[in-house]
Amino acid sequence: MKNRSLVSISDYTIEEQIKILELAAEFEKNPRQKILENHVVASLFFEPSTRTRLSFESAAAQLSAKIVGFSEASSSSVSKGETLKDTILTVSNYSDIIVMRHPREGSAKYADEVAPVPIINAGDGAHQHPTQTLLDMYSIMKTQGRLDDLNIAFVGDLKYGRTVHSLVMALCQFNTTFHLVSPTELKLPSYVKQHIKDKNLTYHQYTEMNEVIPLVDILYMTRIQKERFFDPIEYERVKDAYILRLPMLDNTRDNMKVLHPLPRVNEIDSDVDDSPQAYYFQQAKNGVFVRMALLASILGVV
Amino acid sequence: MEERKELKVNAIENGTVIDHIPTQSVFQVIHMLNLNECENQILFGTNLDSKKYGKKGIIKVSNRFFAPRDVNKIALVAPTATLIEIRNYKVAKKKVVVIPNTVDEFVKCVNPNCITNHEDVVTHFRVIDKKDVKLQCLYCEKTTAKDNFTFK
Repeated sequence: MKNRSLVSISDYTIEEQIKILELAAEFEKNPRQKILENHVVASLFFEPSTRTRLSFESAAAQLSAKIVGFSEASSSSVSKGETLKDTILTVSNYSDIIVMRHPREGSAKYADEVAPVPIINAGDGAHQHPTQTLLDMYSIMKTQGRLDDLNIAFVGDLKYGRTVHSLVMALCQFNTTFHLVSPTELKLPSYVKQHIKDKNLTYHQYTEMNEVIPLVDILYMTRIQKERFFDPIEYERVKDAYILRLPMLDNTRDNMKVLHPLPRVNEIDSDVDDSPQAYYFQQAKNGVFVRMALLASILGVV
Repeated sequence: MEERKELKVNAIENGTVIDHIPTQSVFQVIHMLNLNECENQILFGTNLDSKKYGKKGIIKVSNRFFAPRDVNKIALVAPTATLIEIRNYKVAKKKVVVIPNTVDEFVKCVNPNCITNHEDVVTHFRVIDKKDVKLQCLYCEKTTAKDNFTFK
């Protein structure tokens, strides 16, 4: 994968995705390595995303890379009206790889076209966030021992969540059975469901999550945002139906884990945090290992 | 060739005639083929009577012959158009336009948050539906349908 940008998850074959996950497992065993000592990683966050940025920067720092960059557009020359192309071309002179978060959809692909160095897309608008998908896959593989033949439930806002769309698409490669729990207003878009059908896989749709919990290996929770509802009364009506509380986890499968891309607001009760099923903080930690694997692979040091 | 008493748009000796253009698309076709910057003689007419379509437009470009990939893009706005190559006042070749597999440059992406609408980026689309004419942006992957076409 040397010098290969990661703009969209489909840029990497299934074998290459698995290779990244295996390499991430190696870094988890031995995270502090000075293998990127002679490399500079640029971290360009045109919109703030503290969690993703710190995860990337921590991954780079643990491998001894130098990090340059900015954490929001206002502290860069973008605020002076510089084009994305000019920023990317300039920063390419200062770094070996660029990690970029940008509010516009398609910006990562465009940056990749103009940049002489590889690009890792850390989120381009509502379009793609492939490293989140890889860390979700890593978390599933790690907790279940495999990616194939699992029952996976997605709960909450399935309509607007880019994280959910990308993960569903990626899991379609692994004979997954999908359980989709959402208010009718926030159902999974038809093009994603079509993708499931095209792969001859099964999905079930629900408006309540209670009956789903005992059936699944992974319960992937997401946040329902008030702004997504035209009718505030409707939001009030549904919001409590999608909160995970500790007693609901009484009858789960032994291997069942709860994932969440974070930040969480109130959709998982804090009581759940200490349950054996809670995995979302470990999931966030896994993101660092996956990003180490990506940086090391693309920079060609492994 | 059918005989006509008088041609509304004069015949050309050599060049290309683009016939059966929907009347509302004539100026778009001129723009798409960059004819506004072409220095050859160009004759065009619109709102002409057509037996087949009621009304039509026609463009005649002297001494110019188009490569299919340059001209097929007009199929997006003028699917009924026919291309006639004229040599020595005679029809040398006649063909219909075909919707291409990819569309570059002149259509705008429908997604207001697409990078192509904010930076000086040449647009690229894959034609994912030739019947209803739907284009998928290679940058943001959103689909632009025929009814939403705006041209750069």
